[in-house]
Amino acid sequence: MVAKVVTVTSGKGGVGKTTTTANLAVALATLGQKVVCIDADIGLRNLDVVLGLENRIVYDLVDVVEGRCRLRQAMIRDKRLPELYLIPAAQTRDKNAVSPSDMSRLCEELRPEVDWIFIDSPAGIERGFRNALAPADMVLVVTNPEVSAVRDADRIIGIVEAEEKGPVRLILNRVNPNLTRRGDMLNAEDVLELLAVELIGIVPEDENVIISTNKGQPVALDGKSRAGLAFQNIARRLMGENVPFLNLDSGDGFLKRLTRLFRSGGTMG
Amino acid sequence: MSNWLEQLLGKKTKSADQAKERLKLVLIHDRTDLSPALLDNLKNELLAVISKHVEIDPGAVVINLTQDGREQRLVADIPLKSARRSRSG
Repeated sequence: MVAKVVTVTSGKGGVGKTTTTANLAVALATLGQKVVCIDADIGLRNLDVVLGLENRIVYDLVDVVEGRCRLRQAMIRDKRLPELYLIPAAQTRDKNAVSPSDMSRLCEELRPEVDWIFIDSPAGIERGFRNALAPADMVLVVTNPEVSAVRDADRIIGIVEAEEKGPVRLILNRVNPNLTRRGDMLNAEDVLELLAVELIGIVPEDENVIISTNKGQPVALDGKSRAGLAFQNIARRLMGENVPFLNLDSGDGFLKRLTRLFRSGGTMG
Repeated sequence: MSNWLEQLLGKKTKSADQAKERLKLVLIHDRTDLSPALLDNLKNELLAVISKHVEIDPGAVVINLTQDGREQRLVADIPLKSARRSRSG
């Protein structure tokens, strides 16, 4: 096995980086892949609660970097899936405790062991972001169809390209089909035209994300919700499958949507 | 007037279109670190240099940043005075 290192980042906070990381890791693990996700947001750890693994933390990323434990000991196994692991961020320590070269070294050690390494980047363009970017083979930029999120995504894409860390793939998260349809929300074409990068997923706004996060059970564990399905689709695209995008922002009438619903076998595709 | 009626009559630009137009300009300036003021300075100096060699109409000069994918381009349209005279004469 030689893992691919995927960094999930956004610039702006609150657009859904951690939710995306957790769900893609879960979705790939349900496809039989061996996945490790690393929370690189030192001081503000959250990937553990989104995954529902917060009660099982003994060691963290800083413990590994500073040699207080072996890498294996800091990897918390998610018992719901055969091969999903979390390396949590440290909550209380100095956020400069980890350097970009520490992250690269850690990923090199993990690479032969797993299929995927997901790194949840902190918001911003500071040290934590640089740490998350250093070992990346692929960068997933998460954004929302809003001016501030798109602007920050553009800054991030610029930095990633300057550091030659690509390829960059865009995830448009929290798309509200009603607002898009009536012209009060940027649609996917608008955002792609502005950012000029390749799209890998469109995730609809879905209250199931909030409900499932409350319970610590990522939506991608089952494909019943629209957001869960969207994350599963992204995971399949990461595996090289050609999966059509959810068509959320079309102005199609009821009948057309209905026929599409039937054609796709009862799901929103 | 209700919202949908305004849209039907085309009285209001949709907010998504406004967002897109505003973002277009913001991103161009973010990517190049060229503020409108800096672009103005650039334009003035460029005109001064060109005016040394050929006669131009400073009022007709258009200098803009355009976007081609993620690449930014500085495009200058500088009509020459002599060329215009010969066409109209």
